[in-house]
Amino acid sequence: MREKILSIIERNSRIDLKELAVLLGMEEIDVVNEVAAMEAEGVICGYHTLIDWEKTTQEKVSALIEVRVTPQRGQGFDNMAEKISKYPEVNAVYLISGGYDLLVSIDGKSLMEISRFVSEKLSALDSVLSTATHFILKKYKDHGTIFNKKEVDEREMITP
Amino acid sequence: MRNPLSDQVVALKPSGIRKFFDIVSEMKDAISLGVGEPDFDTPWFIRDEAIQSLEKGRTFYTSNSGLKELREEICNYLKRKCDVEYEPLKEVVITVGGSEAIDIGLRAMINPGDEVLIPQPSYVSYEPCAIMAGAKPVIINLKHENQFRLTAEELLEAITDKTKLLILPFPNNPTGAIMERKDLEAIAKVCIEKDIFVMSDEIYSELTYKDEHVSIASLPGMKERTILINGFSKAFAMTGWRLGYACGPKEIIAQMTKIHQFAIMCAPTTSQYAAIEALKNGDEDVQAMREAYNQRRRFLMDAFREMKLECFEPFGAFYVFPCIKEFGMTSEEFATRLLEEEKVAVVPGTAFGDCGEGFLRISYAYSIDNLKVAIGRMKAFIERLREKKEC
Repeated sequence: MREKILSIIERNSRIDLKELAVLLGMEEIDVVNEVAAMEAEGVICGYHTLIDWEKTTQEKVSALIEVRVTPQRGQGFDNMAEKISKYPEVNAVYLISGGYDLLVSIDGKSLMEISRFVSEKLSALDSVLSTATHFILKKYKDHGTIFNKKEVDEREMITP
Repeated sequence: MRNPLSDQVVALKPSGIRKFFDIVSEMKDAISLGVGEPDFDTPWFIRDEAIQSLEKGRTFYTSNSGLKELREEICNYLKRKCDVEYEPLKEVVITVGGSEAIDIGLRAMINPGDEVLIPQPSYVSYEPCAIMAGAKPVIINLKHENQFRLTAEELLEAITDKTKLLILPFPNNPTGAIMERKDLEAIAKVCIEKDIFVMSDEIYSELTYKDEHVSIASLPGMKERTILINGFSKAFAMTGWRLGYACGPKEIIAQMTKIHQFAIMCAPTTSQYAAIEALKNGDEDVQAMREAYNQRRRFLMDAFREMKLECFEPFGAFYVFPCIKEFGMTSEEFATRLLEEEKVAVVPGTAFGDCGEGFLRISYAYSIDNLKVAIGRMKAFIERLREKKEC
C-alpha cells in the first residue's frame, strides 16, 4: 500500500489525504497514519514544487558538474560528498559509476556565479582532482513532467 | 432510377450515441464524459516496435489469419491469463478490432431465422450485426437489481428451439458489470443443457477491478461451444491500431477466416508487429493503467455517494451507470439538459438498449482533474433539479 501512496504523491504532493484515501479505497485514518509514519522514517523527505523557471522573470542558471575526487581511507567518498552538500547553492550530489565520482547539480544567478563556485570553492577542496562543468541550456522534462506540453484530447467522436 | 439501397441496411437504426455526439461537437467548452476509448497513449515501447517494423520494411500483407508469432503470443497470453488453451495455427484469427470478430463470427455461424440472444444494455453493434447476418435478435433485458449480470433464469426464459447463440458481453459496456466465476458457471450449465453456442466479448477483460477476469471458455465443456473475442484496444490503449482476435473451435474459426480473407485479407501488418511486443512486455503498463482507472472509478463512486445518486458498484471496463429515475425524466432528456445547462456530455442509457432507460453511461477514460470539473457541474445540476422538486 505504501508504494501506491508514494506513486500518487510523488506526482501530486498537494493531494488532499481524504481524496487520496478515496482513490486507493482505504480509510482516511489509515492513509494519514501511513503518511505520518513514512515522514517519520524518512521515506518521505520533503514536498517540493516543480517550477519551470524559464517562465519567470528570475534569472537562473543551472549546471551539472562532474567531480573526480581522491577517496579517503575508511570513508570512501562520503566525507567529500557531505562536504560538498553543505553549500546552499548545491542542489544535489550523487555518487556515480563510470569516468568520474561525484555528480553535483547546482543553481546560480549567472554563469559567472557558477564559474566562481567551481574555481574558488569546489576545485579548492583538497581531495578534488578535477571538475567538468556542463551548463544546462534547456529543460525538456524534469521529475517525469514534460515542460511545455499542451494536453489536447485528440479523441474524435466515433460510434458505436 | 431504381432504389440503390438495401432495405435491410436502411432499416437499421443509427446508433443512439452518434446523435448525441453531434450536438457535443458543436458546443464550445463542453466537457465530455462520453468517449469509450482509453485516454492513455499507447505505451511508448509498443509504438517504438511499430516504427522499427516499418524501418525494417515489414510492409507486406501477413497471412490471412495473421502473423504466426502473434497467434502464438495470443495463445500464451490466454493460457496465462484465462487458463484456456488454443492451438495457434487453427483456432485463432487476427481481426480488425474486436468489432470485426463479432461481425464475421455471427456471419460464420448464423442460418436465416436462427435466434441470437443479446443481453442489453450492451455495445450497440451486436444487434445490427446479428440482423445483417440473417439472425433474429432476441433481447434479454438485464436488471439493475442483479447489478446488470445475466442470470441463468433470464437466459432460460429467452431460449427457444431456434436459439443458436448467446452473446456474452462482460465486462460490460455501458454498465461496467462483470460476471464472476459462479455467475458464469450457472450460464455455462444452461448453454450445455440447451446446446447453444456462446460469443464471449471479453474486450474489457484486463479492466477488471475485483479478482481476476474469468473467461467462460475456461469452464468445463465450454471451450468447444465458445467464440472468445478480445483485442488490444482497451487493455493496451491501442484503439487506433484496429487489432483484435477471435479464438474458438477450428471449424468455426476456419469459416470466419474465409469471410475475413474475402472482406479484409488481413489485419494491418504494422499493428500486428506492435501487438506481439505488447503481449510480450506489456504487463506492467496494463497494470498501471488498470490502477489509474480503478482510482477514477473509486473517485466517481465516492462522488455519487456524496450526491446521493444511486449507482451500483461496477467492477469492470471504464464506465459507471448511475440511475436517474428519481428525477422523473428520460435518460435522453436528462442528458440533453445536462449538456445544455452545464455543458457536460454523458450518454443516455437508452443508446444501449431500451432497458437502459433511467440510466446514464459515464466514462472514466478521463483524468481525475477532468472528472472533478465534470462531477462538480453535474452536482450543481442535480441539486437544482432536487430543489425544484421540493418546491
